[in-house]
Formats: sequence, C-alpha cells, structure tokens
Amino acid sequence: MGLEKLNHNFLTGSLEEMVKWARASSSWAANFGLACCAIEMMATGAANFDLARFGMEVFRASPRQADVMIVAGRVSQKMAPVLRQVYDQMMEPKWVISMGVCASTGGMFNNYAIVQGVDQVVPVDVYAPGCPPGPETLIHSILTLHEKIRQGHITKRPVDGRGLGIHLTEADGRRIRQQQPQPAGAGTPTR
Amino acid sequence: MRRTTVDQLAAAEVEAHDEQARTSEGFQEMVPRAGTRAAELRREAGSVLRIPEGVTTDFGDFDVDVAEDETMILNLGPSHPSTHGVLRVMVELQGESVLRCKPVIGYLHTGMEKTGEELMYHQGSTNVTRMDYLSPFFNELTYSLGVERLLGVEVPPRATWIRMLMCELNRISSHMLWLATNGSDIGAINMLVYGWREREVLLAFFEKVTGLRMNHNYIRPGGVAADLPDGWRDDVLAICDVIPRRMDDYDRLLTGQPILQERLEGVGALDADTAIALGVTGPLLRSTGVAWDLRRDQPYLAYEQVDFDVIVGNYGDCWDRFAIRFNEIRESVRICRQIVDMMPAGDYRVQDKKVTPPPRSRIDESMEALIHHFKLYTEGFKVEPGEAYVPVESPRGELGCFIVSDGSSRPYRLHMRTPSFANLQAMPPMMRGALVADAIAIVSTIDPLLGDVDR
Amino acid sequence: MSDPGPGPQDGHVHGLPAAEYFGATVIHTDRDRYRQLMGDLKDDGYEMCVGVTGVDYLMHAGRDLPQGIDPQRFEVVVELLSLSRHRRVRVRCQVPESDPHLPTLFDLWAGSEAHERETFDMFGIVFDDHPDMTRILMPEDWEGHPLRKDYPTGHVPVQFKESPGGR
Repeated sequence: MGLEKLNHNFLTGSLEEMVKWARASSSWAANFGLACCAIEMMATGAANFDLARFGMEVFRASPRQADVMIVAGRVSQKMAPVLRQVYDQMMEPKWVISMGVCASTGGMFNNYAIVQGVDQVVPVDVYAPGCPPGPETLIHSILTLHEKIRQGHITKRPVDGRGLGIHLTEADGRRIRQQQPQPAGAGTPTR
Repeated sequence: MRRTTVDQLAAAEVEAHDEQARTSEGFQEMVPRAGTRAAELRREAGSVLRIPEGVTTDFGDFDVDVAEDETMILNLGPSHPSTHGVLRVMVELQGESVLRCKPVIGYLHTGMEKTGEELMYHQGSTNVTRMDYLSPFFNELTYSLGVERLLGVEVPPRATWIRMLMCELNRISSHMLWLATNGSDIGAINMLVYGWREREVLLAFFEKVTGLRMNHNYIRPGGVAADLPDGWRDDVLAICDVIPRRMDDYDRLLTGQPILQERLEGVGALDADTAIALGVTGPLLRSTGVAWDLRRDQPYLAYEQVDFDVIVGNYGDCWDRFAIRFNEIRESVRICRQIVDMMPAGDYRVQDKKVTPPPRSRIDESMEALIHHFKLYTEGFKVEPGEAYVPVESPRGELGCFIVSDGSSRPYRLHMRTPSFANLQAMPPMMRGALVADAIAIVSTIDPLLGDVDR
Repeated sequence: MSDPGPGPQDGHVHGLPAAEYFGATVIHTDRDRYRQLMGDLKDDGYEMCVGVTGVDYLMHAGRDLPQGIDPQRFEVVVELLSLSRHRRVRVRCQVPESDPHLPTLFDLWAGSEAHERETFDMFGIVFDDHPDMTRILMPEDWEGHPLRKDYPTGHVPVQFKESPGGR
C-alpha cells in the first residue's frame, strides 16, 4: 500500500513525504493499558493479529520514547492527572488513539467516577469504538492514524471494496480469515 | 526486634515531612518511619500475624532499625509496564531490599456498585462482567446466582452445565494470560506471545457461543442467553486436545529452567495463618498449604458430579503459585472433557415468564409475547426484599456478589466481594526483605486484577 | 452440599437474634454488642473475615428486623467463613447516621483493613482504632461518600433519550 507511493515520491517527491512515511511506519505506542481494552490491545500485539507488520509491536514503557498513546480503558478521576502527565512527557510529534467507548465518551459508566471521554484531558486523533473493540477494530484505527500521519487528513473510504468481501470461516476451533477475490483495481488508493 | 518509637523523634520533624508530602492527588505518602504507629510497624513485621520461625526472611540479615536518610521511597506505577493494571506500589528501600510497601489503589474505580443500583436486574450482568475483565463469566455467574437465590428460581440442568463449561474454559484463558504476563514480568517474553496464542483458541470459541470475545453478558439470571451452537462438542474437544499438548511444551520450556527457578523459588513466601487472617483466597491461599477450593468445599453449580483435583502448594512462595496455576489449567481441561460427556439436554433458560423473555420468533406472531417482551425489557422483573451472598471460585479466589433487594426491579445494594482486593493485602508481608526484582515477581504471582480491586 | 453444621439455637447466637435468611445464617446486632459478638465468633472457629461492607437504608426504611434491634440508617455487613467447619455466617450491625462510628475488626482479622477503608470511603462510617482510616478508592481529597443514597450518581446529561434510570 505504501510502497508504490514511496517509490513514486522517493524519486520525485519531497523530503516531507519521506518523513511522514517514516513516522507512520514506525510509530511506537506508549504503554497505557488501563482495563479490558488493554487485554484486546495486547491481543492485537500478539501473534494472531500482529501489530509488528505495522511497525508497532514495541510498547515503550517510557513515554519519552513513544509516539502514540493508545488510551485503552476507562479513565477514572484519580487516573486523569496521571494520564495528562504521561501525555505531557511524550515528545512531539505525538498522537492519541482513544480505544474503546469508555475512553471515547465514558462508555456505559456515566457516573461520578469516570471521566466522560478522554478528550476532556488530552487531544485525541482517532476514536475506536467497541466494548472492547476487537483487534480488527483497533488495527483499523491504527491504520486510520497512519493515513492521517501520512496525508494529514482522514482517508476517505475506498470505493473499490478494499474493506468488502471478507468472510470469516472456522476451522479446528480457530478462526481463519478468508478474502473473496478482489475485483480488478482494488488496492488502489482513494480518489 | 528493636523499633524506634515515636517518642524518640521530635514531632516537628514529622510535621515538616507531612508538609512536603502533600501532592496534587492528596496526601498519600508513607508516613516517615519514626511517625509510623507501633501497630502498623508490628503488622509489617508480622508479630500480630505470628510469622512462624524460619519461614520468611531472617530479619537479622539486615538492619531493621534504620535511620531516615538510609532508606529511599520508590514509586512503582500506576502506569507501569505490567499488565496487572493501574496499581501503584510505594516501596521503601534500603539499598535493594524492600522494607515496607504500600499498595495504593483506586486508579480504576468505576463506580460499578453505584451503577448497579441504577440498572435493572437483567441489565446487571453487563455491568458486573466488566469488573474482573479476565474472567467475565465468573462475575456474571456469581451475580446471576445471587439474583436467582433471591427470586427462588431453579435453573434447568443444561443451563447449569453450560455455565460450568464456560466458566472452566474461562479459568483456562485467565490462567493462560497469567502465564503469559508472569513470563513477561520475569523476562521470558516469548511466553507472552505463546499465552496469547492459546487464548485466541478459547476466545474464538467464546465468540462462537456468546457473540463476543470478552465481557460477554452471557450468563444471566434465569440461565444463559443462548444455547450452545451445533458442533460445540467438536470445538471443545479440539481445545482439550490442543491445550494439554501446548502445556507440555511450556512445561519443558519453563519448569526446568534454572533462571525461572531462581527467580521464583523461595521468593515472597507466605504462611497459612497470615493468609487466612488476611482473607486471602484462591491460588494464593492454596500455595500456603490450605486446601480450600469452593468448587470442592462449598460446591455450586454441578461441581460435585465432576472429578478434579485441588492443587495445593507447600511453601507459599512464587514457585508454588506458578505450579498451581499451571496445573489448574490441566485440571480445567479434565473437567471440560467430563462436561462434554455429561451435558444434559433441555432448556438453557428457566421457563418462568417472570424472568425469561419469549423466543424472538414468537414476538412476530403473538401480541402477548410482544407485550411480555416489552414489559420485561422496559420495567424489569421485581424481586422480593431480601439479601443474598453467593460466592464462587474465580481464577483469583473467592468472588461473591452481595445483593440487597427492596422489592423493586433494581438492586438496592450491589456489592462484589472481589478476591484481588483482599489478596493485595498480602503484599506487604510478602515483600518484606525481598529485592526489587523479586517485588515484581511477587506482584505478578499475586495476580491482582485492578478491575477486580477497584470496581 | 456441604454439611451446614449447627444452626442458630432458638433463633439466637451468642444471645443475639439470628435466622436462616435466603440460605444464609444472619445474626443481627446493635453497636454495643458488636465487638463482643465478633470476638465470640472468632473463638467459635470463624478464621476468615471474607468481607466488610455497608448498606445505606435511607430509601428502604421498612426492612425486616427482629425484635430488639432498632433500625438505623446504615448497616455494616460482615461475612465470616469457617474453613474448618465449612460454614459461613453474616453479621448485620446497625450504625446511626448521627454518629457513624464502629469498632474495628483489625485486631481480630487483619484482612478487614482494606474492606473497612472501603466502607469508610463509600459510606463515611469511621472504624475506631483502625491503623489507617483513609480513603482507598476515591482520591484523598474527594468530598462526599459516593455510595450513600443522597449522593448523586454524577450522570452527565447526553443528547439522547435515556431509558428510565435511578429511583
């Protein structure tokens, strides 16, 4: 997906495109797993869903070495200052993915204890809904963020079916993804 | 054992320290050693809890009576690279040995007990299932058992056995995650990847049955939400074949490993009297030699009809806890095989109009079914006044739901007695005299889950 | 099921009214006899204190209580477990709103420490002689006790029609 673009830009394009490509391809996440979403985040980093193919298998414990903060889980009143502190310690450029409904809006916990949306505390780039969002949703949000990093705006949904035609089949109790053969012209970038 | 008494230090020094210790989150500091009351000092050393001779560290090895400037207070967390959640531990170190520690919790407090009072009884499972998010079926189970005790309904046998099956599979997935994170904390990082690989097999089955990988809202008052799908026997037997084979692999990988043995054997020893006095349950209690498992000693569901062993440790150290959880996975596989053979046919929900909605297909055909469904989901069902506490054996210990009802369709008070909340109290005696690296191993083998602790 | 063991004799345990209530043995006490009762129960063989929690009966004053026990606003509920005899017992102690104090169980069962701190945090019931009577779940400087019935849930109004909630 990015390589054709790179080749095209590498030969003729600007340094800025290359920097953006590098940032998107190797953004490291800061460790901010709070609750149930953290388990799904770790599952996404594990072998079955593998974030390493997006360059993100490394979860840095120190926020100084991180680019993306994935706020995974519900943020309580006691945790909000800690969240802000960790965000402030990250170096520019930095992005935030708000994973799960509790981080995005407070989720099902509309009460005294939970901050109603982590965007009350830090600026958020991508919201991933779900309770908890499955690994596919999280990967989709990460790819959206990568597009945002690379192009500076949220990518439009492709019309030629890159997200369509995926069927799930089961074999031996394990889930295997099978893709329908893509129509010709699929995989090209959006208009 | 010598102790500095409060009298020996000027009160002004204590006060000066208090002023410095005020933070933006409030005064959560550890009181200076000299300002600690004798009762708390005794508790950390264990004279109240009667540590037996020679079981824990020999206090003669290091100077217990240290001056203020020879110790350092270190803060671990709440955001730290361990998956146990947002736990903050303040440790007082002398060199590399831990003298005192204080767990500070509350960073994940969600007000679920307050939310539980606002939701109706059939919505309650969605709330409680997110407390101990690694073993959601257990939360739902204890909640549903409590509500059913108050209602006085008896769930059909098939529902009971389905619940048992899902809970034992959940136990496997929870312990598997524990193996993964414990390995990661100790340094065997590839265990992290292996543990999650096994979990995916189980989560795929959960998704097939309940529709969700986590936080299922499947076990509800009255039974379960849906019947097991066709072919479930093959799926469960496939799981029961794969998991033991992989456990043998991990056995070869981990059990004989000298590094793992050095890091876990003899570390964080806890004795039985201390554990019982602190209200510790689950693998932490069983590691001290007390053979207490609610599945066998106060059985619920249909555990009297299946055959399984309760794994008990000898020394109460981290190695025992590792071995107990490791083998509990094997025992759960054994139980699942028996359930596959013994699963009865029948309803998966109690056929009581008060609690169970009509089948969805009937809603299109019958006006009464539509009205029944509507009333059930908007007004809920009323539960007569009373209170019930039903404990179950979750992967972490005794998990119980205490419900007080007042005759309306919402619980008047919903309190979950969660195992990790009590088990964390065992941390100070276990950490006494440990090295900093051992402290991480100890926290890992206590297996606290902060959703469970803070609710 | 496990052997339930001896139940309440004439509806009393250690002189206090007790009954089987929804499958559990429940002993009611008032504040003056609470401490003595807990000591007696510990001697009876209840080695583990499973949990201490509170209930605020502000909205449900008309609950069933035996003769001789005056209903108060708060109740502290203690669950005890005897591993040797496989028995459980529940103790309900009335705590008045005007003076919400109760003796601590810390010297009998050290594990009650965290539970009592949580009860203090959520209800405002102070346990006398507790080694560390501070908030445990809420931030240290939080005002109010969230699980009291007159403390609002803290709902933030959102722009859609909510299902009927609360009382």
